[in-house]
Amino acid sequence: MSDPMRIRAQVQGSGAIVRVLMSHEMETGLRKDAAGKTIPAWHITEVTAALNGKTVLSAQWGTAIAKNPFTQFTVKGAKAGDKITISWVDNHGDKRTDEATIA
Amino acid sequence: MNLKPLTLAGAALLAGCGTAPSPQDLDRATQGVIHASFRAQGIATLDRLNQDELQQACSAEQAPSAEVAKRLEAAQFATIQWPGDGVYVGDWREGEKLAQNGRGMTWTDPAGVPAGGNCYNCHQMSKAEISYGTIGPSLYHYGKLRSVANPADPAAREIVKYTWGKLWNAKATNACSNMPRFGHAGVLSPAQIKDLMALLLDPASPVNAQ
Amino acid sequence: MRAIVLLGALVAAAGPAPAQTSTADGIAQYRALLADGNPAELWEAKGEALWKQPRGPKSASLEACDLGKGPGVVKGAFVELPRWFADTQRVQDLESRLLSCMQALQGFDAAAIAATPFGKGEQVNIEALVAYVSAASRGLRFNLPQSRAEERQMYEVGKRVFHFRAGPYDFACVSCHGEAGKRIRLQDLPNLTINPGDGVGFAAWPAYRVSSGELWGMQRRLNDCYRQQRFPYPGYASDATIALGVYMGVQAKGAQSSAPSIKR
Repeated sequence: MSDPMRIRAQVQGSGAIVRVLMSHEMETGLRKDAAGKTIPAWHITEVTAALNGKTVLSAQWGTAIAKNPFTQFTVKGAKAGDKITISWVDNHGDKRTDEATIA
Repeated sequence: MNLKPLTLAGAALLAGCGTAPSPQDLDRATQGVIHASFRAQGIATLDRLNQDELQQACSAEQAPSAEVAKRLEAAQFATIQWPGDGVYVGDWREGEKLAQNGRGMTWTDPAGVPAGGNCYNCHQMSKAEISYGTIGPSLYHYGKLRSVANPADPAAREIVKYTWGKLWNAKATNACSNMPRFGHAGVLSPAQIKDLMALLLDPASPVNAQ
Repeated sequence: MRAIVLLGALVAAAGPAPAQTSTADGIAQYRALLADGNPAELWEAKGEALWKQPRGPKSASLEACDLGKGPGVVKGAFVELPRWFADTQRVQDLESRLLSCMQALQGFDAAAIAATPFGKGEQVNIEALVAYVSAASRGLRFNLPQSRAEERQMYEVGKRVFHFRAGPYDFACVSCHGEAGKRIRLQDLPNLTINPGDGVGFAAWPAYRVSSGELWGMQRRLNDCYRQQRFPYPGYASDATIALGVYMGVQAKGAQSSAPSIKR
């Protein structure tokens, strides 16, 4: 099982700023190991963010996203106490969902 | 992993709470700590911890006196091996590759693979290479600044020999220099040093031509 | 002879090509961009969980571990390490002390963990633990105790180890870290013989290294230094490495810790 995401969500102006740090190898499938064998691709393919259950962000990620990726976005109309949920799916079919409360 | 207290020499040091240890006691304790703390790995063997006279002198708190430095430099100069065929300069293209190459001599390097010169780690050299270090002086336009139009010319002989000497054993002209003794320590072969000589002195080399 | 001296002066006056400033600016910008969202936080969170989790043959947590300020006191401990410990009768750094606690409290084999390569087995958990412990002192200023003779002597030994030139390159720590304003390639080198400033040098490790996506503790940083110096392999948490920590930590007195920081 993968390590938990770190989510920080704070009210900012009329909405909230959300910062997410995900733990993932994000292997591109282009690298070779010391023996010369290609290391298979293993990376997040989809990311969704939901505010109180309603999807506010949907992204498709590929090989250009770095290892242990950091994402930051703003959500209009979010208030303190609202729940932000972040989910990802990777090319192995593994999933992870974590949530945080907007401060 | 050293779970026990400092070596005997060290422990004896710590036991005597009365007087503070002398500098010589601390030097000895340091030797004990060093020899107890390292292990051989890959091509990096434990004999590398044995300091020669020069390394010892340049590890002391006080830099060696001018007199001692002179003596050390003379001894280092005597170790310089000059090219047997009288040819000092090789191929600058190979020299540039060597200057870029920072590999070799570490415990992750395989035995028998030639080392690189590591030059750009410490020196600016060609104009195009902006990723250069500043531990050593800039070598940009090295040959040009010394008016070396033709390294084979007898007029350039003094500069050529000085440069060879620097690459073979930098301590011959500066006892406690930070620069490794590439020839003397067997890091680079005479053929490799000739290629670095070309990088520095050949007017067509990117160091001088751009 | 004179001709060479004159030319030497010429070279010194000419100075490096103009590319230097804009490259350094670019790197500073890149670092500022990286600063938010330091993946080290993932290790900090994991480390906190490991600190509190009962583990090992004795199924105990590390919450009774004394890092120098009393059992279980984590905040402020990092900036006073290495220091002397009565129970082990040794001057120890953070990683050495974690080994002692993991053995004494949890029943792990400290020697086996010390022999485990970086990035494998329990060494992975130590990465998280050093991130957690150092994070609890973020912003605090280094203030290593030197009240005991053992601590002062370790400082003296560390100073000598720092200046110890050996191996085929004649390198010592001081060869790269003995002067201000120097760099290897484009990597700035802090002068570790003095306090090089807040969040720099000794005050910047443990750190997350973007280039390899790894969290490095001070032991790993020293290990790779010695590899580059062409030395043989320094024992994990050996006295030489602890002594270096005492020397650098005392010289950095007053510097604010930024650990775990983010590096190229």
